[in-house]
Amino acid sequence: MRYVFNVILFLMAGAGLLLSNYKDKQKTKQALKKAYKSFQNILPSLLGIIGLIGLMIALVPKELITQLFGDNSPVGLFIVSVIGSITLLPAFVAFPLASSFLNAGASIAAVSCFITTLLMVGVITAPLEIEYFGKRFTFWRNFISLFLALIIGVLIGRIFE
Amino acid sequence: MKEKIKQYYLFILAAAADIILWYFYPDRGITAVKTAGEYFIEMLLFIPPIFILIGLLDVWVPRKVVENNVGPDSGIKGVLISILAAAAAAGPLYAGFPVAYTLIQKGCRISNAVIFLGTWATIKVPMLMMEIKFMGLDYMLVRLGLTLPAIVITGYVVEYLIGIKQAAASNLDT
Repeated sequence: MRYVFNVILFLMAGAGLLLSNYKDKQKTKQALKKAYKSFQNILPSLLGIIGLIGLMIALVPKELITQLFGDNSPVGLFIVSVIGSITLLPAFVAFPLASSFLNAGASIAAVSCFITTLLMVGVITAPLEIEYFGKRFTFWRNFISLFLALIIGVLIGRIFE
Repeated sequence: MKEKIKQYYLFILAAAADIILWYFYPDRGITAVKTAGEYFIEMLLFIPPIFILIGLLDVWVPRKVVENNVGPDSGIKGVLISILAAAAAAGPLYAGFPVAYTLIQKGCRISNAVIFLGTWATIKVPMLMMEIKFMGLDYMLVRLGLTLPAIVITGYVVEYLIGIKQAAASNLDT
């Protein structure tokens, strides 16, 4: 189940290439060249970010995080949101993790703030975002997203508690 | 060569930190490298097909088509198309950056590119399915209902703040 979307993506890319090659070999070559170049350009930053994520996950003790999620005060929500903003987790890790926090007694508001900031704010991917879109775009997109993520997280907490 | 090293500074920094961490706390150092390895494999499972699709988009989809559908005068239609296209996406947000970048270069309005990225990051269908499974349908629907307007607001506010409706992405900082 976890890899269904990867398979679909590869099939789409494969089918697209075949169709493209059938219609115009030259253009297909151009597309592949462009794909390779974009990949090459982004690989260094991507590897750096992946290295940082590994470090982050190794350095932050899980017990501390679980403890933080029980705290429903504004300060607690703020800390959880900071963690969410910095962290980058794929959905198939993030949602099981969130549900395990809930089962361990965390508040819905705290878990929701974690989820919304996790999904909406990307501090660790900011260097990559800056490479594509520039500093101002990246700053404002993440700043406004953080603001709205906090509102949404607190609202979800209100609705379900 | 110097240029190459500069490009990899973040990676070199992380690798150096890994070694130091491993020296003092062997198990944590191993966790760090193992986690990075898992993310690397995940990246390889998403990035190559997405970059091939970007390449095909670049050579086959004319600028006019992008402009008409998500350009500066696309209005509500542009917003809807941006949301639907990104909702159907799969993969981490960093795979969405080059897609949005290519769209901007082909004439996509900034607000729509931000909406596209916001949707990709928060409410794409594969993600919602995981959410239903682990958090329940109610939770997913409430978050979706609150997030959708937030994404659209973010799109227009970012566009307003950087003061450009449409531009080659490399010029966004000027």
